[in-house]
Amino acid sequence: MTDVPRPPGILMSTVETAARWAATRSMFPATFGLACCAIEMMATGTAHYDLARFGMEVFRASPRQADLMIVAGRVSQKMAPVLRQVYDQMPDPKWVISMGACASTGGMFNNYALVQGVDQVVPVDIYVPGCPPGPQSLMHGILTLHDKIMSGEILRNGAVPA
Amino acid sequence: MTDITTSGDETETVDMWVSGTEEPEPREWQIASTDEGAQKMRLNESESRMREQLGTVVDDDFLFESDVADDERMLINMGPQHPSTHGVLRLQLELEGEIVRRTKPIIGYLHTGMEKTAEVLTFLQGPTNVTRMDYLAPFHNELCYSMAVERLLAVEVPERAQVMRVLLSELNRISSHLVALATNGMDIGALSMMIYGFREREQILAFFEKTTGLRMNHNFIRPGGVAADLPPGWRHDVQEILDTLPGRLDEYDDLLQHNPIWVERTQGVGMISAEECLAYGITGPTLRSTGVAWDLRKAFPYSGIETYEFDVPVGSNGDVYDRYRVRVDEIVESMKIVEQAMDRMPKGDYRVDDRKITPPPRARIDESMEALIHHFKIFTEGFTVPPGETYVAVESPRGELGCYIVSEGGGKPWRMHTRAPSFYNLQALPIMMADTLVADTVATIASLDPVMGDVDR
Amino acid sequence: MTESNPTDGPRPAPEGVTSGDDTPGGTDNATAASTLAPAAHPGDDILGASDEAPAPLPRRGLPENQVLAGLIESFDDAEWFLSAGQDVVRVAPEQFGEFGAAAKSAGFEVCADVTVVDWYRKRRTRFDVVANLLSLQHVLRLRVIAEVGGEAPAIPSLTPIWPGAGFAEREAYDMFGIAFDGHPDLTRILMPDDWVGYPLRKDFAVGSVPVQFKDSHKVT
Repeated sequence: MTDVPRPPGILMSTVETAARWAATRSMFPATFGLACCAIEMMATGTAHYDLARFGMEVFRASPRQADLMIVAGRVSQKMAPVLRQVYDQMPDPKWVISMGACASTGGMFNNYALVQGVDQVVPVDIYVPGCPPGPQSLMHGILTLHDKIMSGEILRNGAVPA
Repeated sequence: MTDITTSGDETETVDMWVSGTEEPEPREWQIASTDEGAQKMRLNESESRMREQLGTVVDDDFLFESDVADDERMLINMGPQHPSTHGVLRLQLELEGEIVRRTKPIIGYLHTGMEKTAEVLTFLQGPTNVTRMDYLAPFHNELCYSMAVERLLAVEVPERAQVMRVLLSELNRISSHLVALATNGMDIGALSMMIYGFREREQILAFFEKTTGLRMNHNFIRPGGVAADLPPGWRHDVQEILDTLPGRLDEYDDLLQHNPIWVERTQGVGMISAEECLAYGITGPTLRSTGVAWDLRKAFPYSGIETYEFDVPVGSNGDVYDRYRVRVDEIVESMKIVEQAMDRMPKGDYRVDDRKITPPPRARIDESMEALIHHFKIFTEGFTVPPGETYVAVESPRGELGCYIVSEGGGKPWRMHTRAPSFYNLQALPIMMADTLVADTVATIASLDPVMGDVDR
Repeated sequence: MTESNPTDGPRPAPEGVTSGDDTPGGTDNATAASTLAPAAHPGDDILGASDEAPAPLPRRGLPENQVLAGLIESFDDAEWFLSAGQDVVRVAPEQFGEFGAAAKSAGFEVCADVTVVDWYRKRRTRFDVVANLLSLQHVLRLRVIAEVGGEAPAIPSLTPIWPGAGFAEREAYDMFGIAFDGHPDLTRILMPDDWVGYPLRKDFAVGSVPVQFKDSHKVT
């Protein structure tokens, strides 16, 4: 972690590291299930895969209480404004995981109805491939996000334009 | 707003689903109403239209109070982002205090244009598309599509493929009903049911993954048979599922049926009658919960399922509790079918021996150039299907799942339409939720078990 | 294969390119010998369609099933045929509602499905409105097809008979622009309210965008 840019000063850097650590250990995903991937997201949260090991088994129903949005499924043209509104309602710092081929690129449905990639609507931090990604893939994506937060690669925190 | 509640002297015996014969609508009203907000409830809706939307006349309800002012009514939106709407269903509820007076489901938030995409995919690629519709019952979608194509091709699927299709689709029915129980429990507050239901589902999904390569969206049942043979050791896996499930079903009974809270929250909630079900095209467990023993596996058998022994469980009241019981009983019946399918699994080919629609065996590709070309052409150009049109329906976990295919003789369908059971079942919500408590809303939605991918396609 | 009009972007709005006069029982019906009408003369382009006078309609055979036979016999214009072993009836579009009402009293309790097929540039009358009926008491299925065309295709709604056709007809209106006369709430159901065009029409492009693996638009 030596090559990571840090704010000057021992006190502030330590505080920020502590804040990052805290953020990774108690992430609250918003329930944003859309399609097939949502079922796998639910499966990830239940006993067999147990998302509680990472302190994020509680899916918040309200975006105001969430700091991670897992876009699980295909985003239609009709849903895209809703998705953006939910994202805007989440407090900073917030992160987005694009789960599955449809959310990331439109997947196999390259047609009039779908937004071809959710990154046209909200900024995405992690893309999880698969159709649908298995729970293991999603957990790998979540752990990668934790790593990125800890290593400071994602520096948008609190500075996202509306 | 007009007073939508009917006063006492207006107890005319209207056939409750025949819409108003008065006031023919001007055409401008219908066509011009696609502007912004047209899908909202209309404030100036006439009483007859509201009755139509409700599907019922509400004047004899015990919750009815005629002297409520208009401004005591409140329109709220539920969804499209809501934890209990099973996806991106949006409901507009008109509340009067704690009582839901009117409901309007608004859908389309997951519209994927699959029917358009199906027109640019070959018949062999089609199952890839349809399997993503009802993502809790992918095998049924593939089965339905494949059977429609096979009917146009007039090919007979070999016996082993038939039995494999029955085995997989019935296991799929179990896994789908498990999710229905899990989410139904979670929505009412029996959170443990969520954990339990998904635990058993994982076991079935592990078998699916071993067989097809994917946990969901398998693209395994294809026109002409299935994609591959059963994996080694499949009998052991399926037997393990069959051995585990009965004990687990007892656990569910302890959690739900023997739980007075569960019983209180579900009995007499979300009622619907058999006549209303038929009028609104509602099929599946919802129809059976009203006492109508209608199952396409018995009425229009497919894949040789008429040779299996199983019963059609029915309810009597058509409430949330009956729908829950029907699902549990259907799991038991499906287990019987799976057991019989295991016992009779014949040897032989798992796809039809027709060079026109079946790729050559893998071993032949290594040694024969012609086989390689044949393989290549089948997967790039596909095969042609004679002109015609057909509608084939199977009994999916949610009801009648139909596939209407029109071919004009090419390698791609001219039109592919899916009769989605959830799409029609959603029309039951305004009836079930008319004049019920707002707390029962989520129980009612969950008992219908809608899959939004199936609704919006 | 028909080449659809190329359009850019997800919201194209060309429509009504073709026009056909409503001739129920016209040329198409006369050639619908054993299967679908278009099957009888594939490649019959609308632009080159001959204007020959339709051959006089021979009265079709009736199905063996007594319920179906009685139902179809009471409609002069109704044509029955088997399509892949399934009973299909072609009716005149203005009789669509009447036929539905008669079918319901004949025992078809459920309208399983209503959908539309677009025969753009394949046939003079452009659309087929297809209703799949289901009878629980007779364990019977029947498919009713009516042809509609013209600039503003319209057909009587089935919602007065089966209210369950409501969602399906809204979908057909949303996707094909067919107006169902008498539908209580004929609005878009799947697409957004402000959408222009009818996506499942054949002259509406698939709307696919070229796949780009770099330089794609990003939001920061």
